[in-house]
Amino acid sequence: MTDAPISMDKVEPTAPPRSQWADIWAQFRSHRGAMWGAGIFLFIVLLVVAGPFVYWNDPQFVPTGRDFLNLRDTRPIYTLLWDADAKVNWLYPLGTDNLGRDILGRLLIGGRISLAVGMAAMVLSVVLGTFIGVVAGYFRTLDGPLMRLTDLFLALPLLPLLLVAVLLFRDRLSGMFGPEGGTFILIVTLVGITSWMQTARIVRGDVLALKEREFILAARSIGTSPTKMITRHLLPNVMSPIMVSATLGIATAIITESALSFLGFGFPPDFPTWGKLLFDAVDRMELYPERVLWPGLLISLTVLSVNYVGDGLRDALDPRIRGR
Amino acid sequence: MLTFTIRRLVLSVPTLLFISFVIFMLLELAPGDPLAGMPLTIPDDVRVKMREALGVGQPFYIAFPKWLYQFFVVEPLYMMDAIFGTSWAGDQQRVISWQTRSPVMDIVVQRLPQTLWVVGTAYVVAILIALPIGIYSAYRQYSWFDNAGTFVTMVGFSVPPFFSGVLVIVVFAVWLGWFPSIYDTTHEVTDWASFKVQLQQMVMPVMVLALQITSQLSRFMRASMLDNLNQDYVRTARAKGLGEKTVVLVHVLRNSLIPVVTVIALGIPSIFGGAIITEQVFKVNGIGQLLITAIQANDLPMVQTLTFIFAILIVLFNLIADILHGILDPRIRYD
Repeated sequence: MTDAPISMDKVEPTAPPRSQWADIWAQFRSHRGAMWGAGIFLFIVLLVVAGPFVYWNDPQFVPTGRDFLNLRDTRPIYTLLWDADAKVNWLYPLGTDNLGRDILGRLLIGGRISLAVGMAAMVLSVVLGTFIGVVAGYFRTLDGPLMRLTDLFLALPLLPLLLVAVLLFRDRLSGMFGPEGGTFILIVTLVGITSWMQTARIVRGDVLALKEREFILAARSIGTSPTKMITRHLLPNVMSPIMVSATLGIATAIITESALSFLGFGFPPDFPTWGKLLFDAVDRMELYPERVLWPGLLISLTVLSVNYVGDGLRDALDPRIRGR
Repeated sequence: MLTFTIRRLVLSVPTLLFISFVIFMLLELAPGDPLAGMPLTIPDDVRVKMREALGVGQPFYIAFPKWLYQFFVVEPLYMMDAIFGTSWAGDQQRVISWQTRSPVMDIVVQRLPQTLWVVGTAYVVAILIALPIGIYSAYRQYSWFDNAGTFVTMVGFSVPPFFSGVLVIVVFAVWLGWFPSIYDTTHEVTDWASFKVQLQQMVMPVMVLALQITSQLSRFMRASMLDNLNQDYVRTARAKGLGEKTVVLVHVLRNSLIPVVTVIALGIPSIFGGAIITEQVFKVNGIGQLLITAIQANDLPMVQTLTFIFAILIVLFNLIADILHGILDPRIRYD
């Protein structure tokens, strides 16, 4: 039986060929925290994007007259579990604030803004960081000046400067783009231009290492232009650190925006974001802890899930860990 | 090493000058009038005089060198005078806060102890907790302890201090009533009882800050230990029959601590910078809170001086971290 010669042309590969991305996906899937994180993050995104279309209450509606007295300061429905006399309204699942505005509705709308700020600032910072990193790594003459610039930015005390800058430009931009649009542009820009440094450093290091490899030499020897070189050969190879810093960038951006809102330097007063909702609720948290709890929980959960996704991505994109 | 240190020190001068210039120019653009709070009955010519006295509206090529001179020459002289009882400074003009009309450095010196107490304690506590956690989770990688530790550090990483602070206030101050929710800075420690009160009011801010710092440090410690645990010298140490304790706590730990020590050094400026948000939550009137109120009140000299002090500290401790790294790791030679 065992003596039968194996003819080579009859051997078929037992498994279909695997692409690199399939490997990465398989590794990512095996990271339980990352899968949970991705699921929760997608759920939150879906909730705040689709939620306001489905939800029945208008988050900005302020009741007047007798309605105001009836509707203000209602507690969440679940308060009934331990306090039968609590003032609740079944149409307002998480209760209302001191002006009678629906809290769940405001959380959903606020989440849209917080997440939008996070994503936009992340895109800006990643684009900026990648550009500076690639340019500094590829062109030797620009390396020194650009890295000194990065060091300079790292040496700036960022939060104080952010606060000052918000104060400086808020009114001017509000005049140009309206109070909401102006603040949005301002915060996204500020967070973006103060958080690109890590990405730039990592990308520069990777580009410097790649430049010594043979395929780059080969590409150069057939006369590839620097632009093509960067877009065709370098960028695809530094994608993985960029993706990791992009995910982690969302988390920092969301936290920074909430911190600014919390310190009173964020969006205008009647414009909810998670940080703003938390800040507004702090004064009366002894009576209405839920108003602090929900926005805080949402911020923390979002950031936590994003951090886990970043962790999983880092493992999945690292070929030394993959396949173990 | 010495030439490296000197070169870096010399290089940090233009960096700091540039940073101070950036901060200065940014603030020059600031809207707002320091005399806005003054009564309207002040005649216009007096108002102009007051403005001149505060140095408002001077062109930057006069105001900036003047501020530099005051910050780098006059203030240190005053500090010497205060320490040694001399009178070198004479009655030269100091950097004056627009809010309180008193020298900025005096207020900073008043506020510094609160910040140092709270944030410094948190830093020490965090280091003491983070290192053992990091070491043990790396040693028992993927054990339940490691998984739990990773989760807790992830949470500590992700929960912003303005939420964790508020949360501990709700739990420990409102529901349980164990600790006061507001940090009383006028409280003086005179005897055992008042020391206990001081400890009680420090628990919550320290807890919030320490959670944050612990999570960063212990992740670092764990990664650094993991890098070293699989190296050949560890196998050698085990092969020659050293005890597990010696291998891990002497051979591996000493090598893993090198990057961690630099990270710790890099974090020290944030002790002086104060945890702006945590101070705001617990109403600790330290440096961070001073900065916030100064920004809100348009007190430009104060904001300038404070941000610049932060910048100096960051640059200084970057340098210290680099030097420490060079001293601790003989493989790194800067010259």
